Amino acid sequence: MTILGLRNTWGVTGRGAALLALSGLALLLAPLVADRYLVSVLTTVLWFAYVGQAWNVMMGFSGLLSLGHALYVGLGAYASAALFIHFGIGPWAGALLAMLVAVAAGCGIGFLGFRFGVKGVHFALLTIAFAEVARVGFDHLQWLGGSGGFFLPVEAGVSDPLNLRGSPTLFYYVILALVLAALAISRLLLHSRLGYQWLAVREDAEAAEAVGVDLFHARMTAVAASSALTALGGVFQAFYFNNLFPEQVFSMGRSIEIILPAIVGGIGTLIGPILGAFILTPLGEGLTFLLEVSGLELPGLKQLFYGVALVVIVVFRPDGVWPWLASRLGLVRASGEGDER
Amino acid sequence: MSDALLTVDNLSKRFRGLKAVSNVTFTVPEGRILALIGPNGAGKTTSFNLIAGVFPPDEGTVTLKGQRLTGLKPNRVCAAGIGRTFQIVKPFGHLTVEENVVVGALARERSVETARRQARALLERLELADQAQRPARSLTLPDRKRLEVARALATRPTLLLLDEVLAGLRPTEVDRMVEVLRDLNRREGLTILMIEHVMRAVMALSDRVVVLDHGEKIADGSPADIVADPRVIESYLGAEEA
Repeated sequence: MTILGLRNTWGVTGRGAALLALSGLALLLAPLVADRYLVSVLTTVLWFAYVGQAWNVMMGFSGLLSLGHALYVGLGAYASAALFIHFGIGPWAGALLAMLVAVAAGCGIGFLGFRFGVKGVHFALLTIAFAEVARVGFDHLQWLGGSGGFFLPVEAGVSDPLNLRGSPTLFYYVILALVLAALAISRLLLHSRLGYQWLAVREDAEAAEAVGVDLFHARMTAVAASSALTALGGVFQAFYFNNLFPEQVFSMGRSIEIILPAIVGGIGTLIGPILGAFILTPLGEGLTFLLEVSGLELPGLKQLFYGVALVVIVVFRPDGVWPWLASRLGLVRASGEGDER
Repeated sequence: MSDALLTVDNLSKRFRGLKAVSNVTFTVPEGRILALIGPNGAGKTTSFNLIAGVFPPDEGTVTLKGQRLTGLKPNRVCAAGIGRTFQIVKPFGHLTVEENVVVGALARERSVETARRQARALLERLELADQAQRPARSLTLPDRKRLEVARALATRPTLLLLDEVLAGLRPTEVDRMVEVLRDLNRREGLTILMIEHVMRAVMALSDRVVVLDHGEKIADGSPADIVADPRVIESYLGAEEA
């Protein structure tokens, strides 16, 4: 699978470390100089970086293609929102339960898929099917608002971080923290015994099994880790937007949006999903802006440009932008010089 | 027979009615090297896969040191002490050579650091140390074959199954690999069951040879007896030289 690209995950040079640190610092200070609009764009960028990272654990690390990750976002969002609205449980505590719900769903899908030998594209179809079932199901779940939407109360001027209520800047820092945490967790996982086994399963399941890897266990843990992380993205989404519609939250389009950052940035790499999000969201926003100032009002034109841009990226950098950029700019040690993971 | 490490008893496997392996019985004594030879399609690799747990046999049993392996999945067979290589090499292509072997070592190690130390020692031994940080897919075929052996050895097997690790190697490379295998066998007492077509290596290495043809065992004896056996010459050796 050429799409997987190099697994060169960390192994950064001094220059790479400096650039990453500088980027981190810039993100940390961004709300001090950015206006409201820019903060909201950056929040969106970071949200996609986060869920892209979470998806990457399944596809990038373990070779399990999920095209229904909106399911875990949606379950996380609805679970935390329901706990908040119906039981008065705050989002931080609710997040734990939301993650459990998503993990249960993920493990259910995983069990079906892995026990009955559903592989590759067929596994991907299974993940789509479950996301679609959830979309239709939640449409009819009146307890959670049904198709009319589920809303969280919005009070202007309230700052209550414990309940994840507050200014856009608060949400910006929360999602930034989530991105950094997901990055750290992904790196930790990748360097663990389990991580090595995931990579082995991704590369060649038969050979992995021959060296003692329990395929079922490896795949189930990957699904569990990915769905848990993704659910947290859903919790954030619920409390950031304050409204949830099954048609949006569980949509196929959302599932695709989730996987794009990793594909563009570099599947299986740690920085790839983050870089991908920083390419894609501004690209979309930039196109909107350009179309506005140019006065062109053709519906679908933005999507068309966006699609073309995506094709260009994927055709010319099939392994993702990060592996290419990193080696061009000397940000990572070239393979052969020793990749200290 | 009390010193048998591996006992293959009456093993049979059919694929869509075709008998791939038919009532095959043999033992591999502890500390010895046994070669499994025969023409293409004789059922050698199928026998390997039955031993390694890739698929269950229709009939028969596989026992390692008295422990029944029949029906176990490959990862359990590995845990029981059998390491294997694949005829068509299966490196973890995007991982480095060292990481490939680390995965093998993690079969018995919880700590990645310890596994890495073991992997480095093995790469040293298989003369792959200078390639340790290269992606496995960039290796040449002989190096990939050695990587297969290194990765299988990393699981610390009591029995090593080698599926044509010498095929496609040049004579000098064959000699190097033969040296490594002989060394593993003599110095560490590693028991080896090898499928091999390179008769020179079979003669040099093996203590005993089992010959399969059309899924059945047609001969079982010392290398000297085997090359003199009329049935073996007719079905395999003669045909090869002709």
